[in-house]
Amino acid sequence: MAEVKTQSMTMIEAIRDALDVTMSQNSDVLVFGEDVGYFGGVFRCTAGLQEKHGLHRCFDTPISEGGIVGIAIGMAANGLRPVAEIQFADYIYPAYDQIASEAARLRYRSNGDFTCPLTIRTPVGGGIYGGQTHSQSPEALFTHIAGLKTVIPSNPYDAKGMLIEAIEDNDPVLFLEPKRLYNGPFYGDPHAPAKSWKGHPLGDVPSGHYSVPMGKARKIAEGDDVTILTYGTMVWVAEATAQQLGLSADILDLRSLLPLDLDAITESVKKTGRCVVMHEATRTSGFSAELAAQVQEHCFYHLEAPIERVTGWDTPYPHAQEWAYFPGPKRVALALRKIMDAA
Amino acid sequence: MAKAPKPASNRSRLYVPEPQFRPGDTPDYSHISVPANHTPGRPDPLCEHHETAEHALKLIRVLRFNGDAVGEWDPKLSNDALLKAMNDMMMTRAMDERMFNMQRQGKMSFYMKSTGEEAVSVGHSMALKNSDMIFPTYRQQGILINRGASIKEMMCQCLSNSGDPLDGKSIPVLYSFKKHGFFSISGNLGTQLIQGVGWAMACAYKNEDGIASVFTGEGATAEGDFHYALNFASTYRAPCIINVVNNQWAISSFQGIAAGEGETFAARGSGYGLATLRVDGNDILAVYAATKWAAERARKGGGATLIEHFTYRQAGHSTSDDPSKYRPKDEAEHWPFGDPVERLKVHLIKLGVWSEEQHEELAKSCKLKIRETYKAAEAMGDLSEKTHVNDYTMFEQVYEHPPEHLEAQRRSFTQELD
Repeated sequence: MAEVKTQSMTMIEAIRDALDVTMSQNSDVLVFGEDVGYFGGVFRCTAGLQEKHGLHRCFDTPISEGGIVGIAIGMAANGLRPVAEIQFADYIYPAYDQIASEAARLRYRSNGDFTCPLTIRTPVGGGIYGGQTHSQSPEALFTHIAGLKTVIPSNPYDAKGMLIEAIEDNDPVLFLEPKRLYNGPFYGDPHAPAKSWKGHPLGDVPSGHYSVPMGKARKIAEGDDVTILTYGTMVWVAEATAQQLGLSADILDLRSLLPLDLDAITESVKKTGRCVVMHEATRTSGFSAELAAQVQEHCFYHLEAPIERVTGWDTPYPHAQEWAYFPGPKRVALALRKIMDAA
Repeated sequence: MAKAPKPASNRSRLYVPEPQFRPGDTPDYSHISVPANHTPGRPDPLCEHHETAEHALKLIRVLRFNGDAVGEWDPKLSNDALLKAMNDMMMTRAMDERMFNMQRQGKMSFYMKSTGEEAVSVGHSMALKNSDMIFPTYRQQGILINRGASIKEMMCQCLSNSGDPLDGKSIPVLYSFKKHGFFSISGNLGTQLIQGVGWAMACAYKNEDGIASVFTGEGATAEGDFHYALNFASTYRAPCIINVVNNQWAISSFQGIAAGEGETFAARGSGYGLATLRVDGNDILAVYAATKWAAERARKGGGATLIEHFTYRQAGHSTSDDPSKYRPKDEAEHWPFGDPVERLKVHLIKLGVWSEEQHEELAKSCKLKIRETYKAAEAMGDLSEKTHVNDYTMFEQVYEHPPEHLEAQRRSFTQELD
């Protein structure tokens, strides 16, 4: 077997590489959004793509999220594979109708006459003092929509492979990027020196084309005491906290929320008998509710304790109180201790 | 159109516009002048957009009421083309009539007629290539008939029966016919305008000859999507036509609610730097000519044109609507721009290629064809009987490949059938 070349990359570089690889291989792939062209995006994910692939392939749009997704739907229906960037997930709501009523339903409504192979990339989550308008995690508003897929990588390797998979998918995919993980893994302590992806095994990114299949969770840690179901930034907070507590935790990075890897979830919970679900988004009607329901439906007789949820509070994302809102190591530890103490 | 009244005092009062006539009133449109010579000239299709600014305020007309076709916009169509236009408009009208009646008999859940607006759909379609993608609303069935779509398939869609190409997934009239350049109709108003602009951008990106033509009623121009469409069409010089069919009524709201009474809908395009045309939508020659102009402009790289088709919705909004509750019953008869079928008829008679007898004969034969086609369609089932589509098809086409959770739900559904 030929040796695959790898390179240490940040998540930003991995995302850019995925775009570059697909744009190089397929002229139907177009990239656009606010500030993504000449400037290369406010998080630099599209830097250099316009210069390399041309003005027609990577360009700026008006500040109009509904318009960005709207043209992307028309392009996708007309045979292209647009990758639209919404600068922050907090700005996606003007496009909600286009995503929920249009992109997600075009195939169904036309019974397959028209399809919508569209990818929408958008940064989610807090950790950068972005306040209410640059920190939200609205995934549950999208996993509720039939016809849409919602995925969220937690590391550079997955980010590249999952983005390529999303672009090549023949249905609309919402690709959420945990912005706190762009430059390195985050273990929950904002005062600790920032870590880089350099040296992290999942920061080693193969060159060229590869894809990570959708609907498959990644096992972050193998353990027998408790199952942790999570995704995005919380993957690394969960891993670090479980280690600190000396717990043998089975940690699943779900990666794909819809479709969901139910087999991996049930296999793990049946093994450990305990389950904690974690996300950064607000609690009520959050995706953790769906996860808890799935575990209850499929693993009830294997459970030795009630399912625990670790989430953000049901408030808007505050600015100065960012780390009081964020479900950090203390909240994670409380939940893990509680579930381990349960009879 | 009508000017807003001047304030009576120097204080602001909440102003809510009202239509001129309500049930019980006698409509009087004598203030709407229909002069013979107010049609603006026909500039070069690649002119500067501001050269069409006055076109947004006036009205392009070709057909006079006496049947003459006059002016620079006269497309000088062949007699064969005119006769086909007549046939397609009358087929559309006959189909609408039949489907409305069948809905009243409980054969389908819903129907929407396009009566009075047939010139807009048929005339527009005639001026485009069949490969141009139209993003229609629910009142452009004349486009499908003009493009030779199967009327039986259209009827089966409305009946949600085993012949429905959409397998019962959409309510009646929300057709999808990619093979006829007819985009899947959403039903959420205005959303498709910006998608059509995206389609057009893709045509330009791929260096193809095709254009997109997108439709909205005047009511949905109030949606943000209308602004998105005009703005993006302007920014990227998208090869498309943005059509506003101003049929005066958005269900029960008169056109003044959608946009105030100060300016025409066509004029909305001027601020975006788009070419703007306002056309008598009951004059099929004018609709054809304006569309031809805009299509040439788009195809040659001149960018988008906003066309306001000024017409009148003769029927109710849908089978669920009773317009006599909010407007005079005889308003359509007083509408100063007449009926599009009648106006073409007078023109054809004046040309010496048509007669009252031939016209009656065509009306009869359309009715007969539609009746026979409907019988064949209804033989494949209707919503009132058990012959409609297989329930399991509801699980199909959600995604290209059904994910496991959907397969599990499909299996659960099987248990309900035991």
